[in-house]
Formats: sequence, structure tokens, C-alpha cells
Amino acid sequence: MSRWAHPAGFKNRSWELALLALAVIPSLFLLAFYFYPLGSILSLSLAPGGQLSLKSIATLYGTPYYLKTLWFTTWQAALSTFLTVVLALPGAYAMARYTFPGKMLLQAVSTVPFVLPTIVVALAFVAFLGPRGWLNLALMRLMALDEPPLDLRYTLGAILVAHVFYNYSLVLRLVSTFWSHIDPQLTDAARMLGANRWRAFREVTLPLLLPAIGASAALVFVFCFTSFGVVLILGGPRFATLEVEIFRQTVQFLNLPLAGVLSLVQIVLMLAMLTIYVRLQGRISIPILLRSQGVTQKRPQTTREWLFLALVVAPIAATVLPLYVLLESSLTPDGSLSFKFYGDLFRNTRGSVFYVAPIEAMRNSLGFALATMFLSVVLGLMISAVLANRDTQFKPLLRLLDSIFMLPLGTSAVTLGLGFIIALDHPPLNLRTSPAIIVVAHTLVSLPFVVRSVLPALQSIQPQLRQAAALLGASPWQVWREVDLPIVARAVVVGAVFAFTVSMGEFGATSLISRPDLPTMPIAIYRFLSRPGMTNYGQALAMSSLLMGVCTVGFILIERFRIGEIGEF
Amino acid sequence: MNKRWCVCVVCLVVLAACVAEPMPAPSQMPAEVLQPTSVQTVRPVRVMTHDSFDISEDMVAAFEEQFGAEVQILQSGDAGVMVNQAILSADNPLADVIFGIDNTLLSRVLDAGILESYPSPLLDEIPDQLELDPQNRALPVDFGDVCLNYDRIWFDERGIAPPDELEDLVASDYNGLTVVQNAATSSPGLAFLLVTIGYFGESGEYSWLDYWRDLRANDVLVVDGWEDAYWGQFTYGSGGAGDRPIVVSYASSPPAEVLFSEEEFEEAPTQAVTADGACFRQIEFVGILKGAQNRDLAEAWVDFTLSKPFQEDIPLHMFVFPANETADLPKVFVDFAQIPEHPVDVGYASIEANREVWLTAWTDTVLR
Repeated sequence: MSRWAHPAGFKNRSWELALLALAVIPSLFLLAFYFYPLGSILSLSLAPGGQLSLKSIATLYGTPYYLKTLWFTTWQAALSTFLTVVLALPGAYAMARYTFPGKMLLQAVSTVPFVLPTIVVALAFVAFLGPRGWLNLALMRLMALDEPPLDLRYTLGAILVAHVFYNYSLVLRLVSTFWSHIDPQLTDAARMLGANRWRAFREVTLPLLLPAIGASAALVFVFCFTSFGVVLILGGPRFATLEVEIFRQTVQFLNLPLAGVLSLVQIVLMLAMLTIYVRLQGRISIPILLRSQGVTQKRPQTTREWLFLALVVAPIAATVLPLYVLLESSLTPDGSLSFKFYGDLFRNTRGSVFYVAPIEAMRNSLGFALATMFLSVVLGLMISAVLANRDTQFKPLLRLLDSIFMLPLGTSAVTLGLGFIIALDHPPLNLRTSPAIIVVAHTLVSLPFVVRSVLPALQSIQPQLRQAAALLGASPWQVWREVDLPIVARAVVVGAVFAFTVSMGEFGATSLISRPDLPTMPIAIYRFLSRPGMTNYGQALAMSSLLMGVCTVGFILIERFRIGEIGEF
Repeated sequence: MNKRWCVCVVCLVVLAACVAEPMPAPSQMPAEVLQPTSVQTVRPVRVMTHDSFDISEDMVAAFEEQFGAEVQILQSGDAGVMVNQAILSADNPLADVIFGIDNTLLSRVLDAGILESYPSPLLDEIPDQLELDPQNRALPVDFGDVCLNYDRIWFDERGIAPPDELEDLVASDYNGLTVVQNAATSSPGLAFLLVTIGYFGESGEYSWLDYWRDLRANDVLVVDGWEDAYWGQFTYGSGGAGDRPIVVSYASSPPAEVLFSEEEFEEAPTQAVTADGACFRQIEFVGILKGAQNRDLAEAWVDFTLSKPFQEDIPLHMFVFPANETADLPKVFVDFAQIPEHPVDVGYASIEANREVWLTAWTDTVLR
């Protein structure tokens, strides 16, 4: 019998087909805005004049440098992912099981790094971790040293720290949301039967959590695998990932054949790894009775619990310190508190045509982010509803779809950006200089976040729940609305937060496509930073602080968003 | 039951269709936004440029007024990204005019044959040495010199003599004082590499690579881009967080420091090293793309950018120098900027021809 309950008289097969039909729209979206542009640029790169030429593959294979780059790309991504997951798990536990004052704010602020332009994070790191940074000065004073004890600049360590810094909240949120729906009585039962804490975690909680851990790890891995800015700016020019090499070959040398082969290698590798992940994911998911957060979460009661919480929450708060350093410098132009830099933002002193009023930048950023969020949640829910349906004869197809929808996140932004330019240049897809292309590009990248967030929850719903609802006469739509949606609502919110975040942060491809003048907050920051002079620097910091503020407020509002009773779960 | 399901799917399709078209198509936009006062139709002139392009609002408005045109500016990353986009979209150009091709990319653009020749009458006012393309497909519009900048106050306070030629940087007194950009990812980084090629030469007793070897031995710091070098590592730009008082920047950076400061300066806080052969001159060009929709408007825009008012507006917006000799410089440039008399001479054709070889050699010597 199908996992999906279907009312009597409804043929199994037609039900499955109807469900598959739901995948048509997201698939068309992917076809038009991913495969078509990508195919266009790759065929131009690899088959100029219609003749496929793979000479570059020989170059690639014959140069140890590229193999080394490939190896470095892979292991730094794996190591970054491992560190992020391990470091985020205790925090996820605290967030899943306890409620405490300021929890929502802390969660919101921990997501802020995700939206900041890499160069701003780099400057924050210099101000915080640099040889004359805040931390080193504090340590020197504390330990009476003459030389700064820490120098992370341009090391592998800097890349890893930055990757953890960026992705921490991704794991934190995805895992803690899932965790908060697992009944704590399960662990209690195991402990009652004599298991110690560690064993109860290892044998009861961890297996149940694996789908969420796997989903967040997959996202972090893809993210780090195509890492560009972090590696270039924080790692320094000595480190190069595949993405950096694609950028160099494309922009510097316009060596499209080689760039095309490198992009292809990147995509094929990504697809291979995603296929493995999707297979594992199918195996590790265990349907359980998910509980409401209201039941699973409590306020810490004993001193011990408070102490534990403080210990676990401290590192989360620590990730916020570099951000605080930014905020502080934006507010202290000459060492004393002043809003001067903020005031400057509102004046077009040079009468520039590209002057961006902060309100306008905010409006543009929020417009793109909300459109992206809406589009990715709608498309993401459609895909997830289809993918969650595992016991069908279309399983191999669904698995393929599952990995394919992750691919845009793991594809070179340089390549895809050029693909947009050459492919989307005639009706009906004449979008290459339209603002809509920005929403499309952001949605491609955000979709994986929504799907990875929603799918584990959806797959953990016990089929009996749906069957019971169907037996009581509910239509498939009612089953979805009454059974599935309430359970995945929190996960949808998390997915929405990240879709919003991805767009607010102006990811990859958008800086490489041709844009009409609708400057967003990150673009305004780049404009200030692109010329010398102290007031430019101050205004860039002020705009960055505004961006942090807008995002924090945005996250909290999205979290509080409720559709009827659904969000109550 | 079946019907209901279909209704759901249809609703979702409609919903998605609504979402997919949240913004007006580009062709509809200008007309709605502009609301022309006269019945006469407003024709667009599309200008593609890099992210550093900037100019006065008044300038653009004056052009639009005079020609009944609407200027649409498309920004697309740095000059390298822009040039590649222009070349790849040659069959169906993104714009009518391209602004900001520099001499390190000129050869690539000319070889791709994407520009139309246009001998603007205003070329008479532009010095010959800036006019690199004899066929007038790419017309010089501005120039800026990439050179070393140093933190004058840092050197003053320590009583160390600031650098005044390239050789100084490899002296032991200057150990660990310099930050440069990655030549493979940054435009000033590449320009400084060209400085060393032009100054030391590719062969001989002491070649450019020998210089870089010595620089590396003297603990030069290589970072990704100008922003990171200037704001993160340069002592003055970073407000003391960085520890490098010498940085690769522009000859126009010192006046920018004065202009964008709250303090009054008698002498700029940073200085540029403009000795003979110590700078690379980046010349930026404007050109009409093949397949331009309104050729007459495109020509008008090119003339306009080369004319005195626009040229005089350039320094304070893009921090480069006007190509037109009749343009007067703003006071802050007259007081605080230096124009090097003899920048290095590296031909634009040899830059494109040798880019990969030079960058590979540089990367091997400096980074690996």
C-alpha cells in the first residue's frame, strides 16, 4: 500500500500521477532558469561552432595543479562541514529543549553573518581577530605579552573559522527545529531502562535526528564547496577552490573551454555527492510521532540546567562579537558616540546619479527578498510534497529530482551568470536586464534551503496519521492541510528565513549579471567601500549595521508569522 | 474528489504564474516610470558599464533633456566581467554603448570586433598618447594611475624615510611594510604587476620576477582585492587595525582621503609614489557596440561623455582624471593629486598576448 493514503475508489496510479504533476511547475522553473542558461553557456564553451571539443579535459588532467585544487576544494568543504555540525549540535539541543528570555533574538542575530558581504566580514575579522584586533589586544593585556598571540590572517584556519561563522546558524536552526518536535519521553524511556545520557543520545536521539543533520550538512557542504569570497578574501590568494579557478579562467583569460570543463567537473562531482546523500537520506529517515514544541520545550529549572544552558549559549553569543565590533565602529567615528556616519547616509553630497538613500536600498533589498522568499516557499513546498512520497514506482525519478534541485547552489555563479546573459535574451524569457532575473537567481539558490528544511519533517510524518485522516473522509488536500502542514509549519518558517537571508545577502550570480539601477543594501555597501576616504568607510559600516538591523527584525517577524493556528505547532 | 484535486493544481499554477512575473518586463518599464511630458516619444540609450562608474545626477538629466532620451545604465561587476558579457552577447547586445573598457582589456575587445568605429569630433581635445585605437572604435574617456601609496603619518612618526622608488620596497628597512593585491583577481593588482614588468623588464640581470622574489623575501603581503588591502591591511585606511603602511592604490587616492575626511589637511595624510616608471596608467575607453539600436543617440552619448562638462564631473565621482585636455580639475585634485609624468610603457596588445604567461609566472613566484 502506498505511504500516501488515498480515499477509496481513488486509483493508486492516478494518485501518483497527480502528485507528480505537482512537480511540473518547479521543474519547468529549473529547466528555464537553470538548465537552459547552463546548457547554453556550456555548449558555447565546449562546442564552439557546433563541434564538441574536449581538449581542455586533457589540460585539466595533465596539470597536477587542477587536481590539487579539486582535492583542496573537497576536503576543506568536508572539514568545514564537520566542524560546523559538531560545534552547532550542543546549541541545537539547547534551542530545541529550552525556552529562555532572548532566545528568539539570539537565534535571529546568529543568522546575521549569512547576509553580510564577505568583505565586511573580513573587515570585522581584522578588527576583532587581527594583530591589532580586539581579541589580540585583550589577550596581550591579560597575559602581559608584547606580541599578538593569535594571527589567523590568510591561513586555512581563517577559512574554517569563517565557514563555521557563516554556516553555524544553518545547522543550528535546521537541527533544533527538527529536534524540538521529537518527544523527550523517548529519551526518558531509554534512561529509565538504564541507558546513560550518552547512550540514550547515541542510540535514540541521534538516529532520529540524522535526517535533519544530514540535510543541514549537505547544505553546508555544497555551500563550502563553491565557496568563493571567503576563500579568496579570508584565505588569501594562496588558496584556490574550483570556483576561484573558474572565475580566473572566465574573467581574466576568457578561456571558456577550460572554464566550461571546470564548471562541468564541479557540477558532475556535486551531482555525484548529492546522489549519495539523497540515497542515505532515504534510508535514515524514520517515521515518528512528532510533537508540538509546546510539549517538548521547557524553561530551565535547576541551577545545573541554567549553567548548562549558559555554557552552550555562550559560543552562539561569541559569534556575535565580530558583528558587535562593526556596530561599535560605525557608532564611534572619533572615539565617542555619534550618529554622524548614519546622518551622512541620508545626504547625496556629490549629487551622484548612483546615490542610494538608505530607505531606497532597504526597500529594494526587502522587495527582492520577500519576492524570493514567497517564490521559493511556494516552489519548495511543491517539490517537497512530491519528494516526500517515497514508496512509489517513480522512486528513482524522485531521487534524481531531489539531487537536481540542490544543484544550482553547487554551480559556479560565474558560469550561470554568463548563461543568463546569453540564453535569456529573447521572448518569452527576455529577462537578462530585468529586475525579475535577480529574484529568479536568488530563488534558484534559496530553493535548496526550503526543501532541505521541509523535507526531513515531511518524511518523518507517520503514514498512519494520513491514513487515519483519509479514513475519516478527508480529501488529499485536507490531509495535507490538516496533517502535514501543521507539522512542517516550523520547518517552512526556517526555510523561509534562509530564502529571505540568501536574497538579502546578494549571493553569487547577481553580482555577475547585468543589473539595472535598483541598488540593494549590499550593493550600497560595496559602493562606499570602493573608494578611499574615512567617511566612505564609516558609511559602509553604518549601512552594514543597518543591514544587520533590518535582517534581525526581518527574521523575528518571519518567525512570528502565523497562518491561523498552524504556527502554533 | 478528482475535480477538487485538479482545481488545486490549477490554483497553484496560477499562483506560480503570478509570482513568476512580479516585476514589469524591461521593455515596459521605462515608459511607465518616465511619464514623458511631451507627446514625443522618449528613446532609450543603454549604457553598459562597470560597478565603479558614477556621475552627477544633473549630467544625466541634462543629456536626457537635450536629446529627449532616457539613459539606462547597466552595471555588471568589474571591467573584466563587463567586457566578457559584452563579447558573449555580441549577437544581441545588452547595450548601445560600453563605458569603461581599460587598456588591459582593450585588445580583447578590439579582437572580438564588437565595437563600431566612431571618430568623434571631440577627439581633437584629447591628447594623442591616450588614443590607442587608430580606428577610433574605443575612444579614451578618462585615465588613472596605479601606484604605491604610503601612510605619511606612520612614516613621520617613526622617522623612517617613506619610499620614493620601487627598489625601496625590497630594502631591509621595509621588511613587512607592503601590501599588494592578487594580480590574478584584482585590477590594481594586475596594474602593479605591469609596473614591475615595464620597469624591470622581462629579461636581463634583474628581471621583474627577481624583483617579486625579493619582495616576497621581504615579507610582502598579497591579498585578494583593493578593498581588503586598503581597508583591512593599510595602516591609514584601516584606522590602525592593519599593519602595512605601504599599499598599491591610485594616484588619486590622496585627494580622495582629503575630500572624504572630517579633518582639514595642509598635506594629504597619504601620498602616492609617482617617480618615473613607478606607475601604470589605466586608460578607460568608451565605444559604440555593434548592433546599437539608436546609433545617433549612442553617438550623442559618446560625444557627451567626452565633452568638457561631463569630463569635469568625472574626477569627483570616479576619482580618475579626465581625458579631455580642456577640462579643469577640481580644487582638491589641483592641491593634493599628482599626475606621474612618465608612467611605465607596456603596450596594450602585449598585455592581452602575455596575460596568462605573466600571471602564471607571477602566481608561481609570489604565491606558491
